[in-house]
Parts: sequence; structure tokens; C-alpha cells
Amino acid sequence: MMILSGDPPRSRVLTLVLVLIILALAATPFLFPGAKALNVAAKICVFAALVASYDLLLGYTGTVSFAHTMFYGIGSYAIAIALYGMGPSWAAVATGIVVGLPLAALLALAIGLFSLRVAAIFFAMITLAVASAFQVLASQLSWLTGGEDGRSFQLPELLRPGTVLISKSVFGFEINGRILTFYLVFAISALMILALLRVVNSPFGRVLQAIRENRFRAEALGFRTVFHLTYANCLAALVAASAGILNALWLRYAGPDTSLSFSIMLDILLMVVIGGMGTIYGAIIGATIFILAQNYLQSLMGAASKAASETGLPLVPGLLHPDRWLLWLGLLFIASVYFFPTGVVGRLRHGRGDKRAAASH
Amino acid sequence: MTELTASDPLPKPKRDIAPILLPVALALLTIPLVGSPSTWLTLTAASLAMGMMIFIMASGLTLVFGLMDVLNFGHGAFIAVGAYVATLVFAPFAASVQADSLWVNLAVLAPAALLSMAVSGALGLVVERVLILPVYGQHLKQILMTTGGLIVAEQTLYALWGPQIIPMPLPASLRGSFILGDVAIAKYRVLATLIGLAVFIAIQLVLNRTKLGLLIRAGVENREMVEALGYRIRRLFLGVFMTGSALAGLGGVMWALYREQVHASMSDELTVLIFVVVIIGGLGSIGGCFIGAILVAMVANYGGFLVPKLALVSNILLMVAILMWRPRGLYAVTSR
Repeated sequence: MMILSGDPPRSRVLTLVLVLIILALAATPFLFPGAKALNVAAKICVFAALVASYDLLLGYTGTVSFAHTMFYGIGSYAIAIALYGMGPSWAAVATGIVVGLPLAALLALAIGLFSLRVAAIFFAMITLAVASAFQVLASQLSWLTGGEDGRSFQLPELLRPGTVLISKSVFGFEINGRILTFYLVFAISALMILALLRVVNSPFGRVLQAIRENRFRAEALGFRTVFHLTYANCLAALVAASAGILNALWLRYAGPDTSLSFSIMLDILLMVVIGGMGTIYGAIIGATIFILAQNYLQSLMGAASKAASETGLPLVPGLLHPDRWLLWLGLLFIASVYFFPTGVVGRLRHGRGDKRAAASH
Repeated sequence: MTELTASDPLPKPKRDIAPILLPVALALLTIPLVGSPSTWLTLTAASLAMGMMIFIMASGLTLVFGLMDVLNFGHGAFIAVGAYVATLVFAPFAASVQADSLWVNLAVLAPAALLSMAVSGALGLVVERVLILPVYGQHLKQILMTTGGLIVAEQTLYALWGPQIIPMPLPASLRGSFILGDVAIAKYRVLATLIGLAVFIAIQLVLNRTKLGLLIRAGVENREMVEALGYRIRRLFLGVFMTGSALAGLGGVMWALYREQVHASMSDELTVLIFVVVIIGGLGSIGGCFIGAILVAMVANYGGFLVPKLALVSNILLMVAILMWRPRGLYAVTSR
């Protein structure tokens, strides 16, 4: 329980699902051969951490920020530019981290302090405007960021796919730099999620929830809500930037489409809401469902679209086209905000929680 | 101190003219910076036209927030829908669009704009009933719901029209410029400015001279009091929401003609712009929205001419500067 900060999943099914997901992720290199499975698993890890950090804002403080991909992008670009400019060395990785993380935190602090001066309702709009300006800036400063093409780079020797650490003859499968990178991503993402779990279950996290429920009352109780909100913002930005670093390391690339675009922001929102706001565990569930759907549902939709066009139905092929999968996710998103705002995790916890509440009354 | 008697007129509210002077000052200030007066006039005309179009799109959003405390992140969808509907009218009448006669052109343009307004207004009705009604008073859910609505609307547009950019050529008689001496002012910009002014004046007249407007203004200031007096503010709000959506559709048509193309992602780009305008103006204020739109357009045009690199972040800088001066926007109307 220590490792979960005294906040267990509180539902047998949920625990089972989580354990299954984590085991499957950990064993991906051995269970599911092939580059695609590994890519999907790495993406799930990165997004689980990223979404968990967003959950700290959305689920625990109740603030909607549209600038979360900006911090993610800062992390990605920092590591990419450092490795691109300084060559594939560990010093470059360190430089990227040392520059990227504080930059993200400072920017979060600036946005936080600025939005304090104005009405709280402006926050979502201001973050949206700032994030879009940042996106334009990143694609225009092409001497630094590579513009629309982004920056591809080489990893340090140890993390390259060509580096064989344990040859195939020992265990029956090869452990190479790529698999090492995967476990690096996996371990750091897991650590960040556990750290976030610790944060939300600390007294600080309790105050955040108090602010979410009633900011005025929290203030009246003597908490400096402004300080707490800004601090939560900076923490979320730090984790998001770290997730960005992991993502760039995994892809060996940073560009507007993979790290900054508005569609990633929407993906994060969808994952949080589908998984369950204010639970942290929801991030893991949401990211897994979403990314699996993104990678495997599309081919299913393609087949359905083809079948529909063969039977000659009007409009249906267009609606089922693999590129339109976001349409269905958007509908699912609206439905889940409407019908089960607590997401998958809330649903799984709900039954037991209610019974217990009924029994205690 | 003099006693007030019944015959004395009501004391006039103080006029706050500093925000009005702001765009004027900005325009005058840039004359020496731009250098040539003819370039300056062209830039100013461009700013006015762009500002008017943004105002038309943003006015609905600001009223909707002011009246009902509803944050609609899907407002951009109405803009895109309006533009797409106009292409439906333009396509079969391509010949009359290209005919070199103002009246023939307008005979296509006006029905196209009206149809766009009708469709986006009707869509507004659906959105209000389906997405916003269940989540009144909950900002977080409103933002999530309307963002979801934006995704669905955008994807539906892609599904119906395909992902390509649809060209939307300006009618023949609106192309080219009026030449006055060495000043060239594009004809379409003049038209856009006129339409924008007409919309602004119409909104102001309705708000300030009719009972409906009185109720809306009262509702913006104190919703519960209006309800307590027995007016159905929900219905009033639905009307405002549909009008705002229809205006966004009109703005979408005008913007599409201005850019001469239509694309589903135009809603994303414009959403940011109208948010900046609404924040600058002060949520709920039509006057503030008007000035904000002109300021944003001026900064974009002058800034783009003087320091092209700065134009990318000029909106943000403008917003920061205005909010430093007045943290609640140029005109703070709502008591919230």
C-alpha cells in the first residue's frame, strides 16, 4: 500500500484490469513480437504519465488547461534540439533535461501568475491562446526547431537498436538498445504516475480537491488557493515535459504533429474523461483504451467502411472511413461526460462504493 | 449638494471612453512608423475589414457567456458550418458568381449568406438543447461538452465534404480595388466593413432601444433578478444563442470569401482569435468585443507589416497588455 500512497484502486475488477495492463506492458517485448506492438506499448506508457499529470489539473483542481501539450512539446523539443545540436551523447540528454524541465516549470509559473490577475474563467481561454501561439512559434522558428519537418536525431550508443546487450543465445530472445529504451520509458512513466498518486494523496492534494469543490470555502479556511493552483500547474507541467522527453527519446524525433498539435490536446482530454477524472488510475485505463483504439480500431473501421461501400449504402462509408475514427470518439466523449462523468474507473468503483455508503447510513 | 426632484432627468451613467480611444491612438501612432500614408490607409482599411469579420463571429460568443454564463468552446464549428453551407449555394451558380455584374453576384451571395445563417442558427438550437442544457451552471462540463461538440462537428464536415480545401472564389464584381490617388482599397474589404458596421449598429439598437434588448442587458447584469420578475430567461437565452450561432455562420461565409477557401480546420484557427477578442473586450460586452476585434486586427495588420516575426505572438502580447491594464477586459459588464 505504501507504493500506492494508501490509495488502492478500490475495486476488484479495476485492480485486475490494471494488473493485466501493467503486466502486458511490461512483457510486451517478449509477448508480442514486432515493432508495432512495442511502439503502441511505449506510447501507452508515455501517455499514461502525460494524462495522469493532466488529471492532476482537470480532475483534482477542476481547472481546464489547453496548454498541456505545450509543456509536452517543450520537453520533446528540448531533448531533440540538444541531441541534434550536440550529437548523440549522454551530455546532450542531460542538457535537454536541464534546459527543458525548468523552462516548462517557468512557463507554467508565468501562466499561473498571469491568470491570477484575471478572472478564473479566463484560464481555459488564455491557455488555449498561449498554446496556439507557441505552436505557431515552434513551426516558424525553423532554424531552431526544424519547422514543420521537426528534428530527427540519433540516440546515445547504448540506446540504439543495433546495440546488443544480451545476445539471443542466452535467453532465446535478444535484448537490444531498443528494448532497454522501452524499459526506460516504462520505468520512468511508472515512477511519475506513482509520484502523482503520492501528490494527490498528500495534504496538498486534499487542498486541491477542496479548491475544486468550493474555491471560496477553501480560501475562507485560510489556504492560499492561488499558491496551490500555481504549484499544481508547475508540477503538472514538469511531468508533462518529462513525458515529452520520453516520447522524443522513443521516437528519436520531435515535430509539431507528434508533440504540439491541438489534436494531441484533444486526445488527452478524451483519455482523461473516458478513463475517469480525479482518479489518476483513470489515466492508465484511458490511455490504454484510446491508444489501442487509435492503432487497431482504425483497421477494423476500414474493413467496415469497405463492406458498407460494397453494399452501396450512401454516406456510411464516409462516416466509417478510418480517418473519421475521431468522430466516434467525439461522440463517445460527449456521451461519457453526460452519462458517466466519472469515467471507467468511477463506473467500476461505483457499485461497491454505493453499497458501502448505503450500509453506513 | 442639490436635492433631486422628480422632474430632474436621471443622472447619465459615466461614459468610459478610454477603450474607444485605444484603437484610434494605435492607428495614429503607427502613421510615422509605417511611413507612407497610402500604405497606412491600405493597412487601416484591411484592419477594419478584418476586425468587422472577427466581430461578427465573436459577438454571439460574448453575449452567450454574458447572459447565461455558458462557455462555448464549440463556437468555431458554427463558423465552419456556415462557410461550408455557402459553398453548396456557390457551386451550382458558379456562372452567376463569375458574371461581371454586382446585382447578379449579390443575387447569389445574399441567399448563400442567409442560408448559412439559417443552418448554423438551427444547429445552434440543436447544440443548445442537446449539449448545453444538461450542463447549465457547470463550467467544467460545459467546456468538455462543447469541445466534444467541436470535434464531432469538424469530423462530420470532413466526412461529408472530404478533407481537401474547397476553393471559394470571390464574385467577379467584388474583386479588385478602389483606387483613390495612390491608395488602393480592396472592394471586398469595403463590403465587409459595411456589413460589420450594420451588424454592430443593429445589435446596439436591439440591445439599447427595445424591450428585448433591455431584458438581455438586465440578464447579463443579474440573471436571477430577471427571472424573479417573471421572464423566462431560458427562452431568451435560446434566442440569443441561435442568433449568435447564425452570426458566426455569417462571419464564416465572409471569412471564407476573404480567404477564398473553405476548410474544416478554419474553426480551430478562428476559435483562438475570437477567444482573444472576447477576453480583451470583457466577457458579455458587445462594445468591448467590437473594439477588441478592431484592436486584434490592427495589431495583426500593422504588426505584420512592421515586424513580421512579431505578428505570430502579437495577439498574446496584446491580450497580456490589455489584461494588465484592465484585468476583466476593456468593459467589465458582468458582476461575476
